[in-house]
Amino acid sequence: MDTRLEKIVKVLQEKAGATYEEFRGEVHVFINVGQIVDALTFLRDEHQFSLLSAMTAVDYWPQENPRFHIIYQLTSLTQNLSIQLRVPVNGSQLKVPTATRVFEVANWREREIMDMFGIEFEDHPDPRRILMPEDWEGHPLRKDYPLGYEEPQFTFNFDEIDVRKPYAKE
Amino acid sequence: MSEYHLQEIPVGPYKHLVSERAVSGETMLLNMGPQHPSTHGVLRLLLELDGEVIINCIPDIGYLHTGIEKNMEAKTYLKAEVMTDRLDYMNNMGNNLAYVMAVEKLVDLEVPPRAQALRVILTELQRISSHLVWLGTSGLDLAAMSVFLYCFREREIILDIFEMVSGQRMMVTYFRPGGVWRDVPVEFEAAVRNFIKIFPKRIDEYEALLTKNPLWLDRMVGIGKLDAATALQNGVTGPMLRACGVNWDLRKTRPYAGYEQYDFNVPVETKGDTYARYIVRVQELRESLKIVEQALNKLPMGPVRSDNRKFVPPPRSEIGTSMEALIHHFKLWTEGFVAPKASIYSAVESPRGELGVYLEGDGGPKPYRVHWRTPSFDNLSVISKIVKGHLVADLIAILASTDIVLGDIDR
Repeated sequence: MDTRLEKIVKVLQEKAGATYEEFRGEVHVFINVGQIVDALTFLRDEHQFSLLSAMTAVDYWPQENPRFHIIYQLTSLTQNLSIQLRVPVNGSQLKVPTATRVFEVANWREREIMDMFGIEFEDHPDPRRILMPEDWEGHPLRKDYPLGYEEPQFTFNFDEIDVRKPYAKE
Repeated sequence: MSEYHLQEIPVGPYKHLVSERAVSGETMLLNMGPQHPSTHGVLRLLLELDGEVIINCIPDIGYLHTGIEKNMEAKTYLKAEVMTDRLDYMNNMGNNLAYVMAVEKLVDLEVPPRAQALRVILTELQRISSHLVWLGTSGLDLAAMSVFLYCFREREIILDIFEMVSGQRMMVTYFRPGGVWRDVPVEFEAAVRNFIKIFPKRIDEYEALLTKNPLWLDRMVGIGKLDAATALQNGVTGPMLRACGVNWDLRKTRPYAGYEQYDFNVPVETKGDTYARYIVRVQELRESLKIVEQALNKLPMGPVRSDNRKFVPPPRSEIGTSMEALIHHFKLWTEGFVAPKASIYSAVESPRGELGVYLEGDGGPKPYRVHWRTPSFDNLSVISKIVKGHLVADLIAILASTDIVLGDIDR
C-alpha cells in the first residue's frame, strides 16, 4: 500500500473504527453508516480527495446482515491516489445519510441507488426515481428481483405459448 | 383528435426543484424532448422559462435504460462483453477496453505487447470517430450543415477499418480478456497509414470552417461557463474538465495499455465555456492521431492473445490435435472461466471522460455485480447548473458541447 494511503487509513481506523482490505493494489476501507459523511468530509478537506469517481451498491441477498454494501470510489487529483469506502447496510435498516452536501455528484448517484436497490438516503434533496418510470414497482438490481426471460417457442407448442406471450397482436 | 391535446405540466412533483415563481404560475414549465433532434438521443429536459430565459433545467433520463448491468450478471465474463458495445455506442472499442481491463485485473491476466499496441491504435481511432460525431452534430445543432457531412465522411474511413479488423462497424467486441479476438489483416497497416496521411488536412478544413467563424464564436464564447471547483464537485471528467483548466487525463496520470510509451500532449483550456470545450476536443483529434501513428510505427510482432489457457481459448489449429486444447475450448465456451471472490475498480479515459468499471466476482463464472461509472451521466448532471440565465438557443449549444451519449447515461 502507498505510504500516503497508509497514513490516511490509520487515521480512519482511529477516528471511525474502520477496517480495511487490500486487493490488487486497491484499498477498500469499511466504515459504519453513521460515520460515512464525516469520513467523506475528512478525505475531501484534509487529503484533497476532490472527486467522487463512482458511487454504487452491491446486494448480498439472501444474507441480511449486512445485505448491501454502498461503495464510494474517491480520487485525489493532486496526489493521484484512489481509495474506496464501503458502507455495510443491514436489510432491516435501509437508511443511509446523504453525501450530497459533501459531493454534489452524489445527488444523481444516490437517486440511482435508491431506484435500483431501494435504499433510502436521508435528507436527499430530490428523492425521485431516476432511470425507471415513476410508477415502477420493485428495485431491479436487487438479487431477489428476477431478470425475466422470453419463453422459447418450438413447433409443437408454438400456438400454446403464443397465446400468453406479451407482445402486440393484430 | 380531441383526446390528443397539449397538456400542461403540473408543478406538483417538481415543486422542490423549480422557483417560487413557477408555483405561482409566473414562469412557464416547458418540455424539451424526449423526441427532439438536438438532445442527441432520447433525453427529456424540463425547462422553467421566463420568456426565453432559462430559470431552471431539470433533466429527465432513463428512456434508453436497457438494464445492461443486470443482464451482465446473468452472463459469463466472456459473453457479458457483448453488452458493453451497446453502452456508449460512439465508443465501442473504449467500452470493450474498459471491460476487458477490469476482467484482466480481477483474474490477474497478462496481455501480450502486440495486443496492447493494437488496443491503443483502435481505441484512439475510436476517440477520433467519436469526436467527429460530436463535431458534426454540434455543427448541425448550430446550423453548420456542411461540417456534419465532412465529419461523417472521415468517420466512415474509421468504421471501415473497424469492419476490416472485427467484421463489424460499430458493435465490434474486438478486444477480449487476454488480448484481442484475432490478429489484424495485412491490409490494416495501409488503411491506417492512409487515414493518418489524409486526416491532418481534414482537421485544418474543419478549423477553417469553424474556429474563427464569427457565427460559431457568437454562439459559443462565454456560453455555459463551468469553473473547475463546480466541475469536480459534480464529478465532471474528460474534455469538459480539461476545458476548465484541470489537467487530468487517465492516459497520462495512470497510464494503462502502454500509453506511457507514447509522446502526446493533454490539451487544457482555462475558460471553461462552450468554446473551450470545442478547442480541447479539436486538439484531441490531433493528439490522438499522433498516438495512432507512434503506436503503428512500433507495433511489435508476436502473439495477440495470452497463452493462459484457463482464460483464453486455444487457436482452432490446436483443437484438432490436442485433447487438452479441446477440453479447454469446451470448458471456456460452456462454463466460462471463474474469477475470485473479490472486487476491483478499473477506469479508462473514454472520449467523454472517466469510464470506470466496478466488477465483483463471487468465485463463479459470472460477474456478481458490474457497475458502469459512465462519464456522460455525471457530465449531464451538471447541465442544470450551467444553463441558468441563458437563452433556450444557448441550451442547444451547451448540450452539444457536453457530448453526451444517452446509451452511456441510461445503461
